[in-house]
Amino acid sequence: MSRPTRSYAPGPDLQRLSGALRITGTVIGRDEVLHVARLARLALSDEEVELMARELSAVLDHVAKIGELDLSDVPPTSHVVDVTGALRADEPVPCLPREVALSQAPVATGEGFLVPSPQA
Amino acid sequence: MSAAEILELSARAAAAAIGAGSLSATELFDVYRERAAADKAAGDDGLNCFTWVSEPGSANGAGAPLGGVPLAVKDLFCTEGVPSQSGSRILEGYLPPYTATVVARLREAGAPLLAKTNQDEFAMGSSNENSAFGPVRNPWDRERVPGGSSGGSAAAVAGGLAPWALGTDTGGSIRQPAALCGIVGLKPTYGAVSRYGMIAFASSLDQAGPLTRDVTDAALMLRHMVGHDACDATSLAFPEEIELPRAERLEGIRLGVPQELTGEGIEAGVLAAFADALERAQELGAEVRELHLPHAPHALSAYYVLAPAEASSNLARYDGVRYGLRAEDPRDLLDMYTRTRHDGFGAEVKRRIMLGTYALSSGYYEAYYGRAQRVRTKIAEDFSAAFETVDFIVTPTAPSVAFRLGEKTADPLAMYLNDYCTVPMSLAGIPAISIPCGRSEGLPVGLQLAGPAFSENRLFEAAHALELGIGFEAGAARV
Repeated sequence: MSRPTRSYAPGPDLQRLSGALRITGTVIGRDEVLHVARLARLALSDEEVELMARELSAVLDHVAKIGELDLSDVPPTSHVVDVTGALRADEPVPCLPREVALSQAPVATGEGFLVPSPQA
Repeated sequence: MSAAEILELSARAAAAAIGAGSLSATELFDVYRERAAADKAAGDDGLNCFTWVSEPGSANGAGAPLGGVPLAVKDLFCTEGVPSQSGSRILEGYLPPYTATVVARLREAGAPLLAKTNQDEFAMGSSNENSAFGPVRNPWDRERVPGGSSGGSAAAVAGGLAPWALGTDTGGSIRQPAALCGIVGLKPTYGAVSRYGMIAFASSLDQAGPLTRDVTDAALMLRHMVGHDACDATSLAFPEEIELPRAERLEGIRLGVPQELTGEGIEAGVLAAFADALERAQELGAEVRELHLPHAPHALSAYYVLAPAEASSNLARYDGVRYGLRAEDPRDLLDMYTRTRHDGFGAEVKRRIMLGTYALSSGYYEAYYGRAQRVRTKIAEDFSAAFETVDFIVTPTAPSVAFRLGEKTADPLAMYLNDYCTVPMSLAGIPAISIPCGRSEGLPVGLQLAGPAFSENRLFEAAHALELGIGFEAGAARV
């Protein structure tokens, strides 16, 4: 199975990845693994990058089989069971007290979650 | 009543004995609590079913409909003040400030919390080998897996370490471990049970359900699980009361055997047990006919796009800010996110986050996610067409009996194939039950029955008649 046809142009991130766009078949290269890991906010060791490239390629090769089906007139499923009127009345109810919500945080001040600066 | 006599009781029989005064709720709770605590203390020398066991003296529920029959609950259900980490290191130390609706409902109905059960991390796996708490062992053979992801729940019930247990099923995570452990497991209709307080994997598929010794226990537990919940907008009022099944015959019942899910890829011994069960069904009066679910072979492909895509979104919340693990000495915010997730997630969870992020990324969305949602429509249409001519679909639950620990860990695709027969029903949102139907190589084989949305009552009736007809002997696994 060849790589599925893209229905619209790759985003700017992918366009920068010339390595990723030269791939033939469903083969995910190192650059593409690192790109996706960055999108997923996931640090990977060198060994994990290599392993992930192999494993993702194998799985994507398998799932790409759905590319063989003619689905042009088929609507996508948005929800499996018919539900109408799922909206509730917009009435304020109590939520978790602040100290309870903060109690599970790795680091908190009395007023909020404490995180490192976005730009160190 | 002696401990040995108590262990012989189904959950329903135990509730009845408490109601009749021949057994006290405290006695029952203590017998199981001691067994569960002993398994926990034994570590890898036991079955490793539990992540947490209740303190002595936690019995309650006498006088309520379930009489105080204690319940083992999969780790991923939030339980207030009780560790709930979905089998993951990233939620180490997390004590939820609230309880999942379904756990609260069962407690109010008289099923107090006995223990939390081991599972594959974030319910991703078919062998319970992807757990921060280590693998669970199968009570039929300690060198084999119990299935997954609700492996701890299944092994606990099969091993007689809990009277019954709560699990969740996304692509087969109740049914497949139930099959591999020789017990009953039901995935209800999507929306029948509130998902509020379930640590999410794939929200359009996740559903809580019972793992029990027999079909009657499954019906009894489900009766107290279903219903609309204001905290889950996808939950629905169940259209009727769940009844305890009584059927002993299958006259007038038409069973459809889909050729796509009963041929290639299924072990010979499993197919033989399945064929025996179909013969038994015919003896009980059922009509068995072959049919086709033409898109079923594509279900696994669609599932392994949709479930990881939803997971990649759901698991974005584990960022080291609000709960659980945070990487030490982060350089800046991004460094904290990426290293926390690197340290906290196991290999299979990382693989699925990557797969899902890839499938949803710019340029690939329509080719993967969009197409998979269209395949999902075709699969649901196949089932609707089939239910025009038959009452239920029957298949083997899993393609093989319990496999050896470590046998499939190096090959993600081989592991994913465990879900081959269960994923189509998940994608269509319909209910499906697995019951033990015999043995192959001495190990249990599961039979799956699936019906239209909200057909649980009829499904229980048919499964009950078949269960009686098959007469599977499960006591051997109680340790």
